Amino acid sequence: MLRDITLGQYYQTDSVIHKLDPRVKLVATIVFIISLFLIDNFIGYIIAAAFLAGIVKLSKVPFRYMIKGMKSIVLLLMIAVVFNLFLTPGEPLISVWKLTVTKEGLRFAVMMAVRLVFLIIGSSLMTLTTTPNNLTDGMEKLMSPLKKLHVPVHEVSMMMSIALRFIPILLEETDKIMKAQIARGADFESGNLIKKAKSLVPLLVPLFISAFRRANDLAMAMEARCYRGGEHRTKMKPLIYCKRDGAAYVVLLIYAVVCVYFGRIFTI
Amino acid sequence: MGIIEAKKLIFEYIRRDEEGNVEGITRAVDEVDLDIKQGDFVAILGHNGSGKSTLAKHLNAILYPTEGTVWVDGKDTAKEEYLWDIRQNAGMVFQNPDNQIIGQVVEEDVGFGPENMGVPTKEIWERVEESLKAVGMYKYRKHSPNKLSGGQKQRVSIAGVIAMHPKCIILDEPTAMLDPNGRKEVIRAVRALNQVEGITVILITHYMEEIIHTDKAIVMDKGRIAMQGTPREIFSQVEKLKELRLDVPQVTLLAHELKKSGVALPEGILTYEELIAALMAQ
Repeated sequence: MLRDITLGQYYQTDSVIHKLDPRVKLVATIVFIISLFLIDNFIGYIIAAAFLAGIVKLSKVPFRYMIKGMKSIVLLLMIAVVFNLFLTPGEPLISVWKLTVTKEGLRFAVMMAVRLVFLIIGSSLMTLTTTPNNLTDGMEKLMSPLKKLHVPVHEVSMMMSIALRFIPILLEETDKIMKAQIARGADFESGNLIKKAKSLVPLLVPLFISAFRRANDLAMAMEARCYRGGEHRTKMKPLIYCKRDGAAYVVLLIYAVVCVYFGRIFTI
Repeated sequence: MGIIEAKKLIFEYIRRDEEGNVEGITRAVDEVDLDIKQGDFVAILGHNGSGKSTLAKHLNAILYPTEGTVWVDGKDTAKEEYLWDIRQNAGMVFQNPDNQIIGQVVEEDVGFGPENMGVPTKEIWERVEESLKAVGMYKYRKHSPNKLSGGQKQRVSIAGVIAMHPKCIILDEPTAMLDPNGRKEVIRAVRALNQVEGITVILITHYMEEIIHTDKAIVMDKGRIAMQGTPREIFSQVEKLKELRLDVPQVTLLAHELKKSGVALPEGILTYEELIAALMAQ
């Protein structure tokens, strides 16, 4: 049922990657994504692939979970590949009718495909091994220097974690309202797209009203429990780096150096 | 001076139209005097719109009096410098359990109050453990609140308040959205807190059977205090309660009707056992 859905696709298991500080994982994901776009030869991609495979292995998350995230981008991937394949000018390889596959086109297409696939695997690896709560905590801590620029870091992360907490509640509520409307003869299924979208209006209005009411209640409950923003606040589960996290940063640094050296500077 | 005291408390809701002009004034609380002693278990009763929730919101400075004064632990709630002291000393539990749980894990939610107060990490864990044990929810500490029953969620909310080490707890219709079992669970937890930990409890409710075990009951009507006294004193005035549109527990009603038809029974019978004993004595 709706209340059983897990958010952010977290996969519960006990591994080194799961235990890492969320900040390490966030930084690593960003570094990995940047590295993918810096690399422009195949040795670089082999290094990236090896690095990724190693982490997937360490995380103990079944590989099919990572493929899941891929389904949604298949179309995007196809478009990127096809456009690159046919529309890149250069030395022709095969020519069918008006379409010409060029050597450069083939190279770009393959690179683009590999980049996108790695990018999806890399980022879903982070969400699979980190609970949403941990992730928002990590973000808050990482972005805390921005506080000096008056960026409301604590507030943003508090909003994110409250949003995560209320998603299942609002889903349940949607379900309830939908059933109540269906019981009174509402039709959410038939008709074309526009008609379907229109039939959602009587669903969204009560949902919004109840969401605002909940927000009001929650704000009062938070104030009653002495909530007054991020200042003077202590943490029940503070983020503290340990040896494992240091080691992870070292590995990440080595990867970044090797990757940039072989993937960009060193050319065959 | 008691833990909570109010003198001539008046609160008015001002309705405004879209331009901000005053359309009408509703007096929700009208010249209420309160004096609640440390360690008491007090119930505030009243039907919908009697002003009982508005009164409750004054007791931890969510609302400020239009006129009159409220003191919590000797501190005037209208003074801003006491705001956080008052909110820590007078914890509040609300009606809807879903709308007051902030954490995604039970223990994180209980830790929310102490986190806000700036309690050191180690002590937060101790407080969380002790308050979850006090309401009997310790074994659920790693659960997601979404998967608990209504009564369990409400007990987590109570634990969240106790973790702030308040001197008194105000429960604003904590059982209104629960089934009978959940209701019993919550009331049992609240009574235990009052008796074992000695925390002052102010229970706002419209379920008459919940007030039987309290030390004092206050009945509100149209923003004013209509009756006050021990539950027995309140329940011995069945006719007046009916006038105030409040239900009387079945046993009390039965005893009252029996008495009206000529059976010699004492007034204010609250439990089945008492009724049986009184009938056997005939």
